[in-house]
Amino acid sequence: MSKILEVKSLNKYFRKPVLFHALRDIDFSINKGEFVSIMGKSGCGKSTLLYILSTMDTDYEGELFFNENKITGKSHNELTQLRNEDIGFVFQFHYLLPEFTVLDNVMMPARKLGLKPYAQIKKDALAKLALLDIEEQAYKKASRISGGQKQRVAIARALINNPNIIMGDEPTGNLDTKNSENVFNILRDLSDTQGLSLLVVTHDKDFAAKTDRVIEMEDGKIIGTGIV
Amino acid sequence: MKNTKLIFDITKTHLLSRIKQSSIAALGVTFGIGTFIILVSFMTGLNGLLDGLILNRTPHIHIYNEIKPSKIQAIDKSASFAETFNVIKSIKPKQNQSRIHNGKTLMDHLKKDDRVMGVCAEVVTKVFYTASSVELNGNVTGIDPYEEDRLFNFGDYIIKGSAEELIRTPQGILLGAGVANKLSINIGNKVQLVTPQGQTFPLKVVGIYQSGLAEFDNVQSYVNLAMAQQLLGEGSNYITDINVKLYEIENAEPMSKFISDKYNLTAIDIKTANAQFETGTSIRNMITYAVSITLLIVAGFGIYNILNMLIYEKMNDIAILKATGFSGKDVQYIFISQAMVIGLVGGVLGLILGHMISIVISNIPFKTEALPTVDTFPVNFNPKFYIIGICFALISTFLAGFLPSLRAKNIDPVEIIRKQ
Ligand SMILES: Nc1ncnc2c1ncn2[C@@H]1O[C@H](COP(=O)(O)OP(=O)(O)O)[C@@H](O)[C@H]1O
Ligand SMILES: [Mg+2]
Repeated sequence: MSKILEVKSLNKYFRKPVLFHALRDIDFSINKGEFVSIMGKSGCGKSTLLYILSTMDTDYEGELFFNENKITGKSHNELTQLRNEDIGFVFQFHYLLPEFTVLDNVMMPARKLGLKPYAQIKKDALAKLALLDIEEQAYKKASRISGGQKQRVAIARALINNPNIIMGDEPTGNLDTKNSENVFNILRDLSDTQGLSLLVVTHDKDFAAKTDRVIEMEDGKIIGTGIV
Repeated sequence: MKNTKLIFDITKTHLLSRIKQSSIAALGVTFGIGTFIILVSFMTGLNGLLDGLILNRTPHIHIYNEIKPSKIQAIDKSASFAETFNVIKSIKPKQNQSRIHNGKTLMDHLKKDDRVMGVCAEVVTKVFYTASSVELNGNVTGIDPYEEDRLFNFGDYIIKGSAEELIRTPQGILLGAGVANKLSINIGNKVQLVTPQGQTFPLKVVGIYQSGLAEFDNVQSYVNLAMAQQLLGEGSNYITDINVKLYEIENAEPMSKFISDKYNLTAIDIKTANAQFETGTSIRNMITYAVSITLLIVAGFGIYNILNMLIYEKMNDIAILKATGFSGKDVQYIFISQAMVIGLVGGVLGLILGHMISIVISNIPFKTEALPTVDTFPVNFNPKFYIIGICFALISTFLAGFLPSLRAKNIDPVEIIRKQ
């Protein structure tokens, strides 16, 4: 089975305020279509790992492969392009552009990619919003909708360029149980029906239990990986 | 660039969603550019007026024969004294040297030169004006009224009567306003001129001349060239002054030098004669630009501040844009274009404001004795200023936006996202 993402002997240091070894000899891979969760105590390095995997942080030792291509050492512009086209990211704090409409937010990465005409992008964005069941909010300002809705808009935005993988850093961490479940079900469904690869950091044991595989971390190391 | 429209849409949303701050920044530019337009239009209008006051009617080259003792005395020409050290005391100039010898020939030469727009001959003499019991001394200049008007705008300074009237009346005289005032006479009256030779000529006043320079108007009058020659008892070849107008004022200096060398005459060019006016003009220009640049720097700091604040508020947006595939350059363009839009809108409004206030100023009545040709404030509506103004606005807002935009470009999205 082909791997969508792979890291080999990844190490990360923070030099300020004191030298701190944040990630130690991380080795793992994710197969295409797999839904993987990362668990671990607060401060164990989950977010740090995710920022490296998402190519936003390039200050690390080791090697990172995307779709079996080595991307360690690529230029900022190539990585920006990769992020735009192939990786969808969902943050803990919904992170929408508050002054733009929901629709504009979802369209933004596709307009940046610039492969389709505006009308087509708009149609796609409305389709993604419909997929997440919030198309009726499309023309509202992003700052005027609820937290659960924002998180679904963020997922729609992550999906707009049909990426190979979606990464989430505690995407349900800020939501109540009902909304949290709702978002999880959406992700699970995307994995099952569209074969999308997913890598999601979570604190929620129930959530993790329903993913294909859980990677457990402690103090910057992977201490276990397995099907729960 | 394929992202231009997207970047502009983001810029627009950012600016419109904080319309208050954007407007204040733009108003700063409007104020700076508006002031620049008003100042520069008014100042150069004033310059033009003052230049016109002096330069328009001043010949580019004035040729005359200065009364001075001959440099070469008879003894210097004699071979027998060539080796000796000769001292002559109390050298006096020859009487009646003011005439330009071969004046007509010189004029013909000048008229053929294609740098020359026109040439006027003059005869200048001292006289006494008498009317009833008042006696005044003064100057009378014999002129060719038609040419003087064509070349030196003579007609602009005739406040009563006209140059044509003088041409039609051989025995006519155009009195200086001060002279007419002191003699209490007006158009149609007679005035007696007494020449240095003691002859008396009754002339008819056909007009009043006012240059705006009182000391000039208190003594000066004009008659026809032939009349002046008659006053002095000279023939039609007698000329004391030649005034030259050129197409290019820059040629005045070399030409005057050439004439004084070749013809052994005094030839003064306009720049030498009026050096102080150019200094005045350049100082006024300097003040205009200094004040405008100061205002724009203040406006620029306003924009710099507002953009810095905006970027601080928009940290999250910048992080999201970068996380979802916008490059540092894209983000930089977003903020630079915000500065430029502020500059463009503020600048255009500034041009409109400046233009409107300039129109108002140019309609304010401004009447003064000294400037008979002016009845409102002088304003120079030169399109050049509007082009300079908008360039000023764009350049200064670009500079003000550049540093903040560079900061936005270099923001590390991970740092922002981690802080949440
Ligand atoms: N910019 C930084 N400089 C120094 N230390 C950092 C920085 N960011 C994170 N850390 C440290 O690295 C460790 C891992 O952080 P993080 O990846 O955010 O943990 P998690 O997401 O698992 O809660 C923590 O101990 C944190 O204090
Ligand atoms: Mg974290």
